[in-house]
Amino acid sequence: MAAEMKFEKTGDTTYSLDVCGYVCPHPQMYCKKSLQKMEEGDILSLIFDNPSSKETIIQMVEAQGDEILEEKIEGGKIYLEIEKG
Amino acid sequence: MEEKRNTMWAYVITGALILITLIYASVDVYYMYLAVYIWFGFAYGLMLQYGRFCFASASRDLFAAGVPRMAVGILVALMFFSVVEAILESVHMSTFHPAPFGIHMLLAGCVFGVGMVLSGGCASGSLYKVGEGNMTSLLAVIFGLCLGQAIFVDVGGVFLKLVPEAWMDKAAQYKAAGFPVTSWFDHYLVGYVWHKPQFTVASLLSGGDPKAVHFLFGNALINAIIPALIIMLIIYYFYPRKVFMKKKKKALKKAGKDPVTTFSDELAGIWAMITASKRTSIMGILVGLTAGLHILTMAGMQNKFGVKNFGELLLRMGHTADVSMKGTVFDPGYWYITSQEGQLGAWILEKFGWNMHDNMFFGYVNGLPELWRNPALWMSLGIIFGAMVMARLNNEFKFKVPSPELIMWGFSGGLLMGAGSRPSLGCNIGAFFIRAAGGDPNGWVYGTGMVIGAFVGVSFLNWFTERRMQKQMADF
Repeated sequence: MAAEMKFEKTGDTTYSLDVCGYVCPHPQMYCKKSLQKMEEGDILSLIFDNPSSKETIIQMVEAQGDEILEEKIEGGKIYLEIEKG
Repeated sequence: MEEKRNTMWAYVITGALILITLIYASVDVYYMYLAVYIWFGFAYGLMLQYGRFCFASASRDLFAAGVPRMAVGILVALMFFSVVEAILESVHMSTFHPAPFGIHMLLAGCVFGVGMVLSGGCASGSLYKVGEGNMTSLLAVIFGLCLGQAIFVDVGGVFLKLVPEAWMDKAAQYKAAGFPVTSWFDHYLVGYVWHKPQFTVASLLSGGDPKAVHFLFGNALINAIIPALIIMLIIYYFYPRKVFMKKKKKALKKAGKDPVTTFSDELAGIWAMITASKRTSIMGILVGLTAGLHILTMAGMQNKFGVKNFGELLLRMGHTADVSMKGTVFDPGYWYITSQEGQLGAWILEKFGWNMHDNMFFGYVNGLPELWRNPALWMSLGIIFGAMVMARLNNEFKFKVPSPELIMWGFSGGLLMGAGSRPSLGCNIGAFFIRAAGGDPNGWVYGTGMVIGAFVGVSFLNWFTERRMQKQMADF
């Protein structure tokens, strides 16, 4: 599947970011920018399939004071639910 | 189901490499030299993928995401490798050699640094990502590191008009002596690079006759460990320290104590940075030790067969067309990435009628062996297959077809990496990692260039991705 970045507001305090197909450094850069656009307490549902980005995203989120609420891998895709801190 | 299929693929790939090794062993014992490259490549691939070990990630994630894990992992690997390498040098079991020193290393590093950020992976990182099914990295490898490099070293014509007069004068002497000096890169080699000094800190300290103390004190401690520790401290100060201390003070306040941090808190912060990603730091240690073991094994093979280059064994087996004019092929004797990919590109172009033997790079220095007799190329293939096995075992393999946007990044980044690895005669591994750890200050010059280039690349990508975000947010 060819890559196309999608950042959407899915509710009052919820957002989704789909960066499947993207390789480094795009998933981590789009994730960082998405969180910067959100307010404290907002939730971001992130989907990506570049395993090399996972470690960086988790560390970046923790260093920023955000929290990972859920993490799962299915069919080569990585799902992270992040609460902006 | 998916897990079973991935496990099966891991067995199939490993089994195929075992079969290839057995075939080589049955044909000629000299081919065990290739087997060593295959399996060290395989080990590098396993470790690179598991540790997400990518030199592009080191500076890029630091600048773009404020994450120091990879930079720290590489510095850990470099320190461990430097000690092993110094010990091997001390007992005359090393294949390491320094490179010509000069400003060309900084400039080449800058170009390579931009390229690795755009393509999404350094030279070794791109190989392991191919093993994960990343086709953007495959584009960077094929068009940039293979074909791009081969063309880069072979073009003449109008490019010769860019060659300085001084290089031309020196090149004329080589031409008169019968050397195939034809391309602009040949003029660069014989007119510039080959006249630059080559040294290590150990050779400088000892006046040209280094002993164990010079290797350990000069090469390992002064050239590798101290600079690595200083860089680690700088990274700590500018990146994780602020957050770590904030958390520490918060915890002290909560416990009813004065929110004053001490020196031991600073040490705890540094340790927390090193251990923040255990898989990367542990792989850093293993990569460093494996790179040292690789050198020991290659030196052992060379001693056993009484050669200094695999070309000599190819000649003994009668493969005269494989070797260069001086009877050698590209055989670094340690972890190296880009030159062998250039050979693959040249091999492909020769099949389309392009003469790649008529230059210094392939014709006189590196030769152009058939792919199945190319030692270092087997190392690169080993990295891809090793990474593929690890990615399969962790259910992380995914075949990803690139979009037009990613094709553009892979193609342009790959070409810049190819162009940035030839003038320096190596990439993030051969020009930076191996040299910095081996006592050659050139490694740090190239590394500095890589970081500058990465900063430029990240700044550009930041601008580009911000525009994309603004477009998406216009719908909110």
